[in-house]
This record gives sequence, C-alpha cells and structure tokens, in this order.
Amino acid sequence: MRNSSGTNLNAGQPRPRRGEAQEGPSHLRSPLAKVLGQGSAKEGVQHWWAQRLTSVALVPLTVWFVVCLLSLPSYDHAMIVAWMGQLWTAVFLILLVLTAAWHSQLGVRVVVEDYVHGSGTKTLMLTLVTFFHVVVAVAGVLAILEVAFGGAG
Amino acid sequence: MTERPLSPHLSVYRMYRYTLLTSILLTRASGIALSVGLILLVYWLVAVASGPAAYHDARAVLSLGVLKAVYLILLAAFSCHLLAGIRHLIWDTGHGIEREQAKRSSLLLVIVSIVLFVGLAWWALHAAGRTP
Repeated sequence: MRNSSGTNLNAGQPRPRRGEAQEGPSHLRSPLAKVLGQGSAKEGVQHWWAQRLTSVALVPLTVWFVVCLLSLPSYDHAMIVAWMGQLWTAVFLILLVLTAAWHSQLGVRVVVEDYVHGSGTKTLMLTLVTFFHVVVAVAGVLAILEVAFGGAG
Repeated sequence: MTERPLSPHLSVYRMYRYTLLTSILLTRASGIALSVGLILLVYWLVAVASGPAAYHDARAVLSLGVLKAVYLILLAAFSCHLLAGIRHLIWDTGHGIEREQAKRSSLLLVIVSIVLFVGLAWWALHAAGRTP
C-alpha cells in the first residue's frame, strides 16, 4: 500500500520475515515524488481551517464596523478619536484589522497561487503579499493603540 | 513537473452563468477589492493617530471624487463577499451543494447582494450628505 508521496502506509507494522511475500522492488526506490515536492505535506487543512475561522470571525466584525462607520454623526478628528478611545471600539477594531489582514493574506495568496504562473514570480509575489499584509496589520494595530491610549491629541 | 495543469480552469469547466459569476467574480474579485479597502482603512487609522493636522490632510485625500466611487465599489464588494462567504460556510456543512441548489443559491446570492448593496449605498450617501 502506497500513497502518492511514495511513503509506505504499513510503516508501523513489523517488517515481513524472510520468505514472506514482499511488495516487490519498488520500495527500494528513492521517493522521487517526495523529492519533487509532490503529494501531501500533511498541512493542507491549515490554510483551509484558518480561512474558515477568520471568515466566521469577520462576519460580526465587519458588519459591526460598517454599521458603526455609517452611524457616526461626523468624521471630524475629535469625533473619531472619541469613538476609537472607547475600550470596546479599540478591541473590536484591533480584532478587525488583525483578522481582516490574516484573511486577506490567505485569500490573496490563493489568487496568486492560481493566476500567477512561473515559480520565481509566484514565490516573489507570495513573499511580497505576506510582508505587505504584516505591515498593514502592524500599522493598523499600532494606530488604534495610539489613539486608544490618548496619543492622537 | 513543468507542464502540470494550472488554474484558472475556466475554459475547461462548463459553468453556469451564475456559478461563474458568484464563484469567481463575486468572491475572488470582491475579496481583492476588500484587500485594497483594508489598505484604505489602515491609512485612515494611521491618519487619525497622527493628529488633527495630518488627519485634515488625509481627509482631503480620502474625500476625492475618485475615492467616493471606490467606497461604493467597496460597499458592493462587501455585500457580495459577505453573502458569498456565508454561503461557503453553509456549503462546508454539506448543505446546498447539489447542482440545482447551487444554481438557485447563486441567483439568490446575486439578488440579495444587490439589495444589500443598494441599502448600504443609500445609507452611505445619506451619511455623506449629513457630513460634507
């Protein structure tokens, strides 16, 4: 029994004694598929699960944000600072920025993986996309904290 | 290793109009639009944190006519992506994935997205009128 990556699914069982039927010479081969990076890396569910987890969190967070933004009586600096200075506003804004950046990174990554062809360009794009999202997330969180801690004047 | 099939397999699948529209356009394109929206959001947050003078300058940029069109696109993207995302979560539970159900939910998705967008856009224009 073999899977696509060439590893022996019976690895945990005792080795066949001499004279017993063996699987043939194939298991003496080097695991070419593994070397070439094909087959499962056993991490496939991570991306899927993070995408779902962040999307569930973003449903209330984004709806809350849009409703708040459209309900604000004005967009003057003093008004925004007063709004962001409230504890739960700051908490939910930070959660929104972090979750949105994570979700966005996961989504843009899939789009790049699907539509950008050529492994060099693809890797470069994926690196830039990740870096950019980290910068956006850190800048957003720091800005919210600064306002929340009264640094925005 | 070089000539393996690559996405998008748009030309390979025989997709229904609404399925194509909702799975590719509404979810991916609106997601990309919302990623741009996230940049605008953080720009705005940083402007607020930078003090009244910097906020005044940033507000002049954020009030540009071009960006008002962008905000409408973002509201449309939000409507689509939110509802399409909820449908994806429902699909994950194993419900509604039959072909006829998916066709029906795609049509429903387009209609409800438009309704939600029109509502939000009306509210936003109302709010914008309140605070010029």
